[in-house]
Amino acid sequence: MTTAQQVITIGIVVLATQFTRWIAFFTFPANKPTPKYIKYLGNVLPSAIFGMLVIYCYKNVDLFSNSHGIPQLLAGAVVVSLQFWKKNMFLSIGVGTVLYMILVQFVF
Amino acid sequence: MQNLSTVIENDDIRTSKVTAAKTAFLYTIPMMAGFIFLGIAYGVYMRSCGFSPIYPILMAVTIFAGSIEFVTVGLLLSNFNPIYALFLTIMVNGRHVFYGISMLDKYRGTGKKKWFLIAGMIDESFSVNYMADVPAGIDKGWFMFFVTIYNYIYWVVSTAVGALFGSLLTFNMEGLDFVMTALFLVIFISQWQNESSHESSLLGLGISLLSLTMFGEKYFLLPAMAGIWVILTFRRKQLERKVRTQ
Repeated sequence: MTTAQQVITIGIVVLATQFTRWIAFFTFPANKPTPKYIKYLGNVLPSAIFGMLVIYCYKNVDLFSNSHGIPQLLAGAVVVSLQFWKKNMFLSIGVGTVLYMILVQFVF
Repeated sequence: MQNLSTVIENDDIRTSKVTAAKTAFLYTIPMMAGFIFLGIAYGVYMRSCGFSPIYPILMAVTIFAGSIEFVTVGLLLSNFNPIYALFLTIMVNGRHVFYGISMLDKYRGTGKKKWFLIAGMIDESFSVNYMADVPAGIDKGWFMFFVTIYNYIYWVVSTAVGALFGSLLTFNMEGLDFVMTALFLVIFISQWQNESSHESSLLGLGISLLSLTMFGEKYFLLPAMAGIWVILTFRRKQLERKVRTQ
């Protein structure tokens, strides 16, 4: 690939990414009332998106590999339990991450 | 007298901005850890593929979307194909459309900051800005602005460090990237505890998992989004009633 082709490729990625971020705001501008259906979607979508992002984080886990995804699932379960129990975001994230690092560096 | 009150008002705005900046910083600490790991990894990875440091740094500055930046490395290493680049970017980043729909109201009335809030709307900024229970007295617009700009700074600086000094690192960071998974789990649970119906949360998990097993990790996002959208649309009557009678 020539340098010009590299610049074009990166440019397309930049513009397409920006397009995905702006389209909702262009389609439903702030000075016009948002359609009720879109408001409904704006209310119910986030829960589903957060579920999708959780799966997205686990997409590389291979249940049939050496570690069978045990570190990811175990540390994830600890994060979820801690969050339900103590409701402290930093505690849940901190303990879960340190546990995961120990698991992948020393155990598996 | 009028001058004095303007001074006080300006002072209030400034202290409110400072508190917003501090509060936003606390909320972004987990993301700082995650981006230090991912940014450095990205910088090192591009160098290992034979690119000069300017590539990852400029891509971090202009693209500012973690996963597609890794994907773009592959694009740059293969034959020139702009249509495929466009298709792949929409595939990976199509989820931003959902973020936009969810943030239409929250980003309203934020003035010129709105431009930056939208341009820099990554997974982490969207999630925190949507979920954060900003304490009274803190300007929500400035809070969201600082969350977004901190994330941008973390990402660009970490990428630059990885690209320029990656080879000097000796600290074993393996596994630190789990901080992002933990963050999204916490956000999912917080939303779970706030909602009167778990239907949408379960739908998001279920459809995405199904789509992942059917289409594989590379292509599952768009089908998952389509599935979520279609089902939420068909369930509108029931869900609106459930949410209203909370």
